Parts: sequence; C-alpha cells; structure tokens
Amino acid sequence: MARTILPFGPQHPVLPEPIHLTLEIEDEIVKSAVPALGYVHRGLEKLCEIRDFHQMIQIVERVCGICSKIHAMCYCQGLEELMGVEVPRRAKYLRVAWSELHRIHSHLLWIGLFADAFGFESLFMQCWRIRERIMDINEATTGNRVVVSVNVVGGVRRDLSKEHQTWIGEQLKLVEKEVLALKSTIVSDYTVKRRTQGVGVLTKDQAHQLGAVGPVLRASGWAQDARMLGYAAFDELEFAPVVEYDGDCYARLVVRFREVLQSVDLVRQALSRLPEGDINVPVKGKPKGEVITRVEQPRGELLYYIKGNDTKFLDRLRIRTPTFANIPPLLAMLPGVELADVPVVVLSIDPCISCTER
Amino acid sequence: MFMTKNVIKNLLCKSATRMYPAVTREPFAGFRGMLENAIDVCIFCKKCQLSCPSQCIKVDLKARTWECDPFACVYCGVCVDVCPVASLSMRATYRPVTAEREMIFMQGPPKAVKAKAGEKKEEKKEEE
Repeated sequence: MARTILPFGPQHPVLPEPIHLTLEIEDEIVKSAVPALGYVHRGLEKLCEIRDFHQMIQIVERVCGICSKIHAMCYCQGLEELMGVEVPRRAKYLRVAWSELHRIHSHLLWIGLFADAFGFESLFMQCWRIRERIMDINEATTGNRVVVSVNVVGGVRRDLSKEHQTWIGEQLKLVEKEVLALKSTIVSDYTVKRRTQGVGVLTKDQAHQLGAVGPVLRASGWAQDARMLGYAAFDELEFAPVVEYDGDCYARLVVRFREVLQSVDLVRQALSRLPEGDINVPVKGKPKGEVITRVEQPRGELLYYIKGNDTKFLDRLRIRTPTFANIPPLLAMLPGVELADVPVVVLSIDPCISCTER
Repeated sequence: MFMTKNVIKNLLCKSATRMYPAVTREPFAGFRGMLENAIDVCIFCKKCQLSCPSQCIKVDLKARTWECDPFACVYCGVCVDVCPVASLSMRATYRPVTAEREMIFMQGPPKAVKAKAGEKKEEKKEEE
C-alpha cells in the first residue's frame, strides 16, 4: 500500500495536552514522524522583564502544573548562586522532601495515564487513588495541593512540625503498601507486558546521541540522574539512579515504578535526618551575572539559564524542560511502530507540552 | 485467581470516595483558600500590591480603599507574609462559586484625626 499521511493530535484522547505529530504510514506501520509544537505557548520567560525576581518564583511554578515545586527550587537555586546566599541546611532538607513528594505524585499520575493509554482503566483508578494521599500531604504541609509556593530565594516559607513529620511517615507507609500491592499488576501482568514490551525501543547509543533525559535515558541503560550532582541535600542522602536496559516502553514503566519507591525512601531519609535551625535567610541585593542550574524533574533534567543585570528585573530567563529534550528520542522511537501503539509510545516519554512551550 | 482477593476486599472495605457535597472533608489548618483583609487594621501601605505576582491587588492610600480581583489571585500567600500589620490573612475554606465576576472592594474607615476614643466608636457605628 502506498504511504499515507496521518495527523496525530493536537487533540487526541490519550493526550493530556496538545502536540501534533504528522505520521507517515505504510501498511499501518509508522515510517516517520514530524512534530509541530506551539499550541499552548504562554510567554512566561518574557514576563521576567515586567515582574521582579521575587515575583517570578510564582510564575516559574506555573510552567508545569505537576512539578511546580521543582521548577521554583531550580530557579531559587540559580538566584542563590548568583547572589551568594547560603541556604540553611534545614531548608535544603525540606526542599528535598517536598520535591520527592512531587516526584511520587507525578509518577503515579503518569502510571495511571499510561495504563489508560492501553485501556487498563482499573489500574488508572488505583494509581490516582494512591496519589490522593500525596496531594493531601501537600495540602496540609504547604497550603495547596498542586502549586505549593513554598520556595523563596534563601530557603523555604513553611516548616514541618513534629506532628506533620510523623503523619507524613504514616501516610508514606500506606502509600508504599498500596504501591507494592500494584507491583504484580504493573510489572508482570500479561496485558501490560503485551502492550509495552519491545514497543518503541530506544537503544543505548541513540539515547545518548539524541540527548534523552530522565527516565527515558535511564530506561536505555544510562545511570544518569541530575540528583547525582548533589544539589539541595541530595549529596548527604543515600541514593543510586534506577536503571533498566531494554529501552522499550516497559522499561520506562518499570523505571518510573521503581522511582516511586525510591522517592518514598528519600522522603523518609530527609525527614529522619532533618537538622534543626532556620528555614530561610534574609536576602539583600540584586542578582548580577549569568548562571545555569540543573535539577532532576520527574520527567528528567531541567535546566535554567538566568541572567541578572543588578536591577530587580532579570535580563533573560531561559527554561529548558525535559520534554523538550525528549522529543528527538520520541521521533527515533516511532519508526517501525504499529499505528495502534503510537499513543503508548508518545505517552511513554511522559510528555508535558505546557512545560515545553512555556 | 489474583482477582478474587481484590474483589472480596473491595466488597468489604469502605468506599474510597466521599458523598460530596453531602459529606465534606474538614479543610487542613494551613490551607490557603480565601484571601481576607481586616480593613480596620489595614494601613494602606501598598506592600501587598507591590509584592503580588499576579497583580490582583489595588490599594489607594488617599481614598483608603483596598481592592482585590479574586479571579486573578493565585492564592500564593506572599501578600500575607509581607503585610506589616497582619491585616491580611488566608482562610482555610474555598471561595464559594459565583456567576458574576465581582471584585472584593473594601473601604477603610476614615483616618482618625486625634479624635477621642468615644467619638471614634460613634463614627464607626454611623458607617455601618
């Protein structure tokens, strides 16, 4: 049969956000894919010219609805480096605790959406039910479910009381128990394996050459994680990146599933070693100079470039989100995939399009 | 076979959802649901207006008014942190839904010009 052009998106049942792929198809096998972005551009980077650098914290949080805390943390780290602010140790540990809670709920959300992509509705339901416990922790400790607004330049805004710490410990025990109850379904279920194993393979060399980040990179056999840089308090916590070697959708699922358990462990470590002291330091002066900071988002490595000019407005703020880096690997995964598997492959990189277009 | 255990568990355990709106959960203590201003305490210093990332607050010192657009407010709580007299606060319940776009408009009491305590109280009563 001759080659056909099939548009995939921008509105598609499996896509939470709009991305358009022009698929070239021959006998229901994808031959090539061309992406088109720009449906949800909001111009958040430009706002740094009319909002001062403290107000930008709340704006960069809204780049991504799922990992808001981690965006703000990356931005604050950059400014702290520029202004020479030493963050108190307690604040660093609290930042780790909240960012790992965000990772847990982001991964649970993704596992649910991924299960939904291949029609496993009850797994979707279970994952989102477990996620609700993390959302409750966020709401009780930070004051909001999703956009938590706990970061300031120089530390964090809220402290965790002893009661909150024990309550989080109890909730995490339940989360761990419930996630482990899903393990047999996620890791060894026939339906899940049939739809994901061997689909959308990204080889180790391809992952490196195309600059994949995050779980996509680690599922292809690379032990790289921006948390290994030791930002915040990660240098003092025991942590080893989760690696899988197959590079297919199944490997990416397993990496994220294991990272949920790893993050539960990291939150526990951070809370058990929480040092006493202040949670923030007063900040004086204005940012001047350039800086690049990197942190690990649930989707991969997040990069901020900040240029200050000694006024309260920044000269330039550039945000490179993990999904932007993972689109070239996605285009390498698609050729050779059956049309029915395209939604599964697209979702396996955990696309966050609003992040990408900012 | 692994389903049997799950089915029995689901039959016996409590429902995971709530019969909303008949049953609601108590809000958590530190939740930021609604921005409130104790206008009698407010000194109209404009600190909240200047720090607000969504620029939803307008303060007029001369007219002694404080205005907030609740639809633009992002409930970050920065204004509450910077308020020098703690007149701003966050209530832990959500703002009720409305069909019309309304501003929260607050008119402060006129500036007390060295008046006696008794006269002040009378003035307030008249305003009400």
